Amino acid sequence: MSAQHITLLTFGFFDKNLLKEVAEAVALGFRCEVVCKEARIDLGEYFNAGRRQYNGDRLLSVVGTLHLPDSMKTIGLFSVDLYIPILTYIFGQAHLGGEAGVASMFRLGNELYGLAPELLLQNERFIKEVIHELGHTFGLLHCYDVSCVMRSSAYVEDIDQKEKYFCANCYAALGFIGAVAK
Amino acid sequence: MEKKISILVVDDEESVRDSLNIWFTEDGYRVRCAENATKALSLLESDSFDIILADIKMPGMDGLEMLRRVKSMNKDAIFIVMTAFATVDTAVKALKDGAFDYITKPFDPDDLSHLIRNATKQITLVHENDTLKRRVDSLDNVEDLIGKSESIKKVLREVESVAPTNSSVIITGESGTGKELIARAIHTNSLRKFYPLVSVHCGALTESLLESELFGHEKGAFTGALYNRKGRFEMADSGTIFLDEIATISQKMQIELLRVLETKSFMRVGGNKEITSDFRVICATNKDLKSLVENGTFREDLYYRLNVMNIHVPPLRERLDDIPLLVEYFIKKYCTSMNKPLVTMEAAAMKRLLEYPFPGNIRELENMIERAIVVGNGKKIKVSDLPLGKDIIETNLESLDDFERVFILQILNKYSWNISRSASALKVDRVTLYNKIKKYGLKPVK
Repeated sequence: MSAQHITLLTFGFFDKNLLKEVAEAVALGFRCEVVCKEARIDLGEYFNAGRRQYNGDRLLSVVGTLHLPDSMKTIGLFSVDLYIPILTYIFGQAHLGGEAGVASMFRLGNELYGLAPELLLQNERFIKEVIHELGHTFGLLHCYDVSCVMRSSAYVEDIDQKEKYFCANCYAALGFIGAVAK
Repeated sequence: MEKKISILVVDDEESVRDSLNIWFTEDGYRVRCAENATKALSLLESDSFDIILADIKMPGMDGLEMLRRVKSMNKDAIFIVMTAFATVDTAVKALKDGAFDYITKPFDPDDLSHLIRNATKQITLVHENDTLKRRVDSLDNVEDLIGKSESIKKVLREVESVAPTNSSVIITGESGTGKELIARAIHTNSLRKFYPLVSVHCGALTESLLESELFGHEKGAFTGALYNRKGRFEMADSGTIFLDEIATISQKMQIELLRVLETKSFMRVGGNKEITSDFRVICATNKDLKSLVENGTFREDLYYRLNVMNIHVPPLRERLDDIPLLVEYFIKKYCTSMNKPLVTMEAAAMKRLLEYPFPGNIRELENMIERAIVVGNGKKIKVSDLPLGKDIIETNLESLDDFERVFILQILNKYSWNISRSASALKVDRVTLYNKIKKYGLKPVK
């Protein structure tokens, strides 16, 4: 196993095909190997009954503790509704320049907004969010390029406007990853 | 280069501070956090922030009290209050006290983005408005540079050659010759023309006022310093600072000025933060700076720092060719502003103007024309409308020597430079008159 890999850590059930798609996109985006692992924890401990949501800050810490030194970065993949105390919801979050991140599928489906479900669109959004949060772990800030995956997204239509790729500037800032992979 | 917007987050809950810190940092803002109002205020003493985001309910000083204190320090600060228990009353109270907006916890991420985007837009607009106002001010009056005489053409050639450089310039010339207009011309023809030209009349201010005017001050630096205030050097960032009557500044200010010119950095009065500013300096004086250096009243090092280029603006009596043009210009200017039909000038009146020594230079001519338009018959300016000679005491003469020079010249002109008749009129002998002519370098006007 290469020490220069990224770990996708799933919490709960994830479709194998979706995981394969995410892994391929992450491998392409960061030019490194990707390893998928399954984490088994009791998510109930992180549930806030008052908000009917799961605490994203605490789950990010959990992912941090599960990060292993043989991996460059670890991102926790969730299908539950995440929040942080100050925000009503989050699609994901990460330690800027750190080792861990989290991303959730929950708010990415059309059905939550009264529209017909579109699984492919939901998966596409999830891939973008995973790459976005991993981008933060590599120290990237939000980007003003409308098509860059690092553009900030506060709602799903925002995610649809960007691509799952980095703009030239962000790509250049990530240059060291390719170099390590050689 | 675009300045990074800075945000100060004030909340007693660590998770809120951390989350907002991460959120804003990822968005590319400069973020600092404080756990209570007292710490936030002390941070504000040493650092400035574009946006302050503070919780209303905090132990000790609450957000509303902090808002009042921040506004008393900097009335332009963008202050956003956060509250977990939003009531119309609290929101209205905060907005009445000058808050930019309020937001209820927990925030919708989209609302937070919008709020910060609006605040940023407001900061940009205020900044742009300020810059544009100063730009318009600095472009004003440039067309007033009028003249076709050789001496003024020489000045304009010098302006043209020095303008595109960053060199310091000293403009010398008698009072009322238009030194400030020359400074404006240099600025508007320089690469700094899209940035402000900031003028300071050093002679009109006491040492302490000048210090505060040039360097700015922090709130509480002295009695009456109710707000933080930017100094003229700070305002002139990327532009030009024009220091009029530079010879009048004290020795202490000369040292301070020299230091600023060398380092381009300074501290506000009562402040401890180094501020840098990129400005070009243009000075003006009606004194002979070189002789002030020789007698020790003006620092030699400062003189050489300022005097990279010297432009001498000739007095009006040495550019008689320009008088008709200036008269025409001032007639147009004042008739238009007074809503009167354009008047002309009688040949005899113009002849008298050409003979007059104009000790107060262009400023005196301008005042003379304005007065003539007010008191005249509305058709032609006559000799009797011009206060020639009578008002000599009211002009801008600053010493007995100045007065003597002007008076002798006036008598010489009156008697067409007939030395005997002039000496007789002045009740002095011819040798004394010759000595005075030599002393003041008087010459007959061609």
